[in-house]
Amino acid sequence: MRLLKIMGMIMLSLGFCAASLAAKELKVGFVYVSPIGDAGYSYAHDVGRQAVEAMDGVTTSYVESVPEGADSERVILNMARKGYDVIFATSFGFMDPMLKVAKQFPKIAFLHCSGFKMAENMSNYFGRMYQARYLSGIVAGSMTKSKVIGYVAAFPIPEVIRGINAFTLGVQSVNPEATVRVVWTKTWYDPATEKEAAKSLLDVGADVIAQHQDSPGPQEAAQEKGVYSIGYNSDMSSFAPKAHLTAPVWNWGPYYVKVVEQVKNGTWKAESAWPGLKEGIVGLSPFGPMVPQAVQDKVNKAKANIIGGKKVFSGLVKDQKGNVKIAAGAAATDEELLGMTWFVNGVVGTTQ
Amino acid sequence: MEIAIIIPLLAAAVQSGTPILYATLGEIFTEKSGVLNLGVEGAMIIGALAGFIVSRYTGSPALGFLMAGFAGALATSIHGVVCLWFRGNQVVSGLALTILGAGLANYLGTSYVGISAPGFKTMAVPLLSSIPVLGPIFFNQDILVYISYFIPPAMYIFFTSSRFGLGLRAAGEYPAAATAAGLNVAAYRWFGIMVGGFFMGLGGAYLSLAYTHLWTTNLTGGRGWIAVALVIFAFWRPGRAVLGAYLFGGIMALQLRLQALGTQLPSSILLMLPYALTVFVLVISSWRKKTSEEPAALGVNLEPVD
Repeated sequence: MRLLKIMGMIMLSLGFCAASLAAKELKVGFVYVSPIGDAGYSYAHDVGRQAVEAMDGVTTSYVESVPEGADSERVILNMARKGYDVIFATSFGFMDPMLKVAKQFPKIAFLHCSGFKMAENMSNYFGRMYQARYLSGIVAGSMTKSKVIGYVAAFPIPEVIRGINAFTLGVQSVNPEATVRVVWTKTWYDPATEKEAAKSLLDVGADVIAQHQDSPGPQEAAQEKGVYSIGYNSDMSSFAPKAHLTAPVWNWGPYYVKVVEQVKNGTWKAESAWPGLKEGIVGLSPFGPMVPQAVQDKVNKAKANIIGGKKVFSGLVKDQKGNVKIAAGAAATDEELLGMTWFVNGVVGTTQ
Repeated sequence: MEIAIIIPLLAAAVQSGTPILYATLGEIFTEKSGVLNLGVEGAMIIGALAGFIVSRYTGSPALGFLMAGFAGALATSIHGVVCLWFRGNQVVSGLALTILGAGLANYLGTSYVGISAPGFKTMAVPLLSSIPVLGPIFFNQDILVYISYFIPPAMYIFFTSSRFGLGLRAAGEYPAAATAAGLNVAAYRWFGIMVGGFFMGLGGAYLSLAYTHLWTTNLTGGRGWIAVALVIFAFWRPGRAVLGAYLFGGIMALQLRLQALGTQLPSSILLMLPYALTVFVLVISSWRKKTSEEPAALGVNLEPVD
């Protein structure tokens, strides 16, 4: 009987221990700019969040469709006050609001995606999407017959311009005569306008449509015309099964898990991180059945080279007017990549 | 530009003009009854979402399209309650409807972002589509475009030749006289608001069921406001609304094609074109005010009867 009592007490105290452990769970918050159902940018981040959620002793939560600016500061501040240990904000416009909150809460780890500001307790991070775009350019360059590739693009900012350039270099690595025609929509997610932009490219003879937009509008246009397309953000093949060759995609899980692990162990330090193919943060979605094995092999070889240290932006690279921008044997520095405002030779369009 | 570019451009003008055409016709119908409804954008976006959801769950885009019309009418009925029952300010009520519509659709539609629904596909009309030039422009579209061809003439006949249409116009021109003649002006105005809202909803559904087969927040992207401006450009005549809508759609399609052709003009200037055009046509329209058929009592609430 006494034994039973002791056993019971041990069990009880164990229970308390477990409860107090549970109370110390690491709380991780995510702030998204758009709904997570968008099969795009925020969706990709949320897949990363789910990887964190699956970790032991960690709970996550998120707020979606948060407008950039003052509203985002309120959301981030609210998370900080509620005792979150790690907060990720995944849109450019969250940068200054996050910095403001970070200064008030020195014990919380803040991480901002796609910006450039840092603090003692605030990292910035982004992925080298241009590496994956280069690979998708190889696919597009191999599949085009008209040697005209259309690219529906959001805003002429360095991130997008860098992507177009890397894509074009990929195209030219297999198809030197092909050109990439760019149409700007000045929207991130406007399916109607983006689809119309893709149609305008199809009308001038493009037979592969690539995009730097979050909506699958351009994919639909390619499918309806019976030509090929390259998606973005996540696998968009469900919107255009006959057209979708592949898509440069985000894979945030490994990075998010790593950061949260570091915070848990107390080893986290604010940094400026720009992981890429090597770290598995960016990649290509599975190839469509129309992509021949030979092309897939070429892509895989180029991927291995980049992982092995080959730079996408390495000489000789000329701009649209034929001026040498990156000399033979040289490679662009990260600063040059982050401030890129010129198109490589072979792109038809303006950066204005 | 060669003909191979121009024909797709004009076909695109018709297609991107169609949602605006539906909305403009709806607003003309409402304004003819003397009610100014600035909530076109709100009614459109609610229609777009309703059409998308119905089509997704029933698998019938046609039913979705119809329901979008009713959803649009339901949305504008709020405007009716405010303006006709409570005699509230029509401008303010319309603006509120725009904000309410956008917010409501955003809230209810969150889980539908990024999925597609069955929609309308291009269906060439036999014989007609083989007419050179005109065929590929007007008769190689989807069925909703063909339906939109019938509305302006029907509306014209309704306003000029039917007893009911004349009564509706009387409610918009001189409600006191119409009341004296024994017409129930409030009922006519209700009719104007509801039918107008129906067309606005259809315009929204065109975006989510035919133009694309997707839903997203802010899918209408300001097209409702363009419709409000085009009513003035059209001088409140359904026929001119067609011209205005296709002109606007054409400029929108043109600026993208200029970019695709590799023009050196900055894209910011090109993207401004449709809106600059809107301002321009409004200025032109105000010069030729005489030929306008603006209802005299537009925006004026009915006096209390007692």
